[in-house]
Amino acid sequence: MNKITDELLRIVSDFKGKFQGAYNIRENGGCAGRQSTKNIQIESKKDAPGLVIRILPDAKGETVYIPACVTHGDVDDLVYNDFYVGENADVVIIAGCGVQTDDGHDARHNGIHRFYLEKGAHVIYREKHIGTGGGKGLRRIDPVTDVTLGEDSTLEMDTIQLGGVDSTLRKTNAVLAARARFIVRERIMTTGKQTAQTDFEVTLESEDSGVDLVSRSVAKGESYQEFNSCIRGINRCTGHSECDAILADNGSVNAIPALLASHVDAALIHEAAIGKIAGEQILKLQTLGLTEEQAEEKIISGFLK
Amino acid sequence: MLKLEQLAWNLPDGREFIKDLSLTIESGKLVVVTGPNGGGKTTLAKLIAGIEVPLSGHIWLDNEDITKADVTARSGKGIAYAFQQPVRFKGLTVRDLLELAAGDKLEEQELCSLLGKVGLCPEEYMDREMNAALSGGESKRIEIATVLARGAKLSVFDEPEAGIDLWSFARLVETFEELRESVDGTLLIISHQERILSIADEIVVIADGQVRTAGQRQEVLPSLLSDERAVRCPLGKEELCLE
Repeated sequence: MNKITDELLRIVSDFKGKFQGAYNIRENGGCAGRQSTKNIQIESKKDAPGLVIRILPDAKGETVYIPACVTHGDVDDLVYNDFYVGENADVVIIAGCGVQTDDGHDARHNGIHRFYLEKGAHVIYREKHIGTGGGKGLRRIDPVTDVTLGEDSTLEMDTIQLGGVDSTLRKTNAVLAARARFIVRERIMTTGKQTAQTDFEVTLESEDSGVDLVSRSVAKGESYQEFNSCIRGINRCTGHSECDAILADNGSVNAIPALLASHVDAALIHEAAIGKIAGEQILKLQTLGLTEEQAEEKIISGFLK
Repeated sequence: MLKLEQLAWNLPDGREFIKDLSLTIESGKLVVVTGPNGGGKTTLAKLIAGIEVPLSGHIWLDNEDITKADVTARSGKGIAYAFQQPVRFKGLTVRDLLELAAGDKLEEQELCSLLGKVGLCPEEYMDREMNAALSGGESKRIEIATVLARGAKLSVFDEPEAGIDLWSFARLVETFEELRESVDGTLLIISHQERILSIADEIVVIADGQVRTAGQRQEVLPSLLSDERAVRCPLGKEELCLE
């Protein structure tokens, strides 16, 4: 594992020199370290680049780390990771991604993650993305997350783009069985001429399933963000999506929510708010001793926390 | 000591609003500013906090001219201000705001103490976001707690009673009384509430953008309660308000 990977891992996946428990470190398309545990088996896929991660039924309290790093230009990394989570398992999955290029060539990571949660399983899935380095090479991260939630299962997806990613297209698709819950917290920061597009498609297929999707974004400089969400309620269900965006400089955000209800007891809600930081928020923090710049920074960091 | 000297301030449309307003507030006092709606009380508070800038006149804090100091600088010099309408923040928790106000991390016990003073159960509120999920009364009490956390030389509260239930209000009055006894700072409270007026050392009546009356509570309060017209009518035009 090279030094840049070490540094990126510390940012995106709470790496402190080593991981406890199950992990796989992906570096420039190769494997830089792997460990399975009794309850969490990690194997290479036979038919494509990537992993099969099997979490046994009733496994509880374990964390599995599957970070990926690209540390130089001219890398276009594509990986398929499939997670099979057994009945009543309760685990944390940390899947950060760092992309660095300094050599003028583009660097890209495209992670396709598929989750299959069995009945009663509960997963907290954390994903941090960052781009680092200088030069003209673009840093791109294009994650795809496909989620199949079994009865009474819950996936809590916490995803954040910290900065430095020139272009991202994030696609998330989920299908929920009875009483399943899908909870999403997404935060994206773009600056300069960066672009970010995030697409959610959630199908609430069975009775009493529910999704709660909150996306917060900050668009600074000349950057552009697009938020697309489509929640389909085809049974008795609850769906909530919320897109909040702060604009600074000449940033722009396009929020395009869609709610499709085809059952009389499908309760779907969407909220969206886009605007600059309210003047009174800055004034309040100034009365607490912060400068205008510090206040703005605090408001944005809190908003994306 | 806070000294306001011939302050003037106009409305955005250019009309005169605060006119030649002078006032001296001695340190360590609990001063209540009252008067009719639209008379200039909140503007006065904002002028003191630096949120509004006077057209002319001077503001002195402990013999230092702070007229040109901005909001941040005035905060650094010891002025704290509780907004009449609490400000909400998505992502910042009650704990975040109180720690920003205190300028340091706060122990659980300190957080409990601050929230307890405004009648909130600490465990329920510490890690809640300062967003629209809080009621108006809850936000208002947290707003007041941020000023308590400052431990400022001069704490300005703009209608602290607004939106607060009777029980919490009673606790708040006690808190103001305790503060008067326990800290050296000055409390300037804008209020219409008789219970707050009744704990004041001094009362200032502002109407029509000017100081109508200022003096010891014992001198001002009786006439204030018995002669509402004197407060309500434009200065020099009391006869217009005769029934």
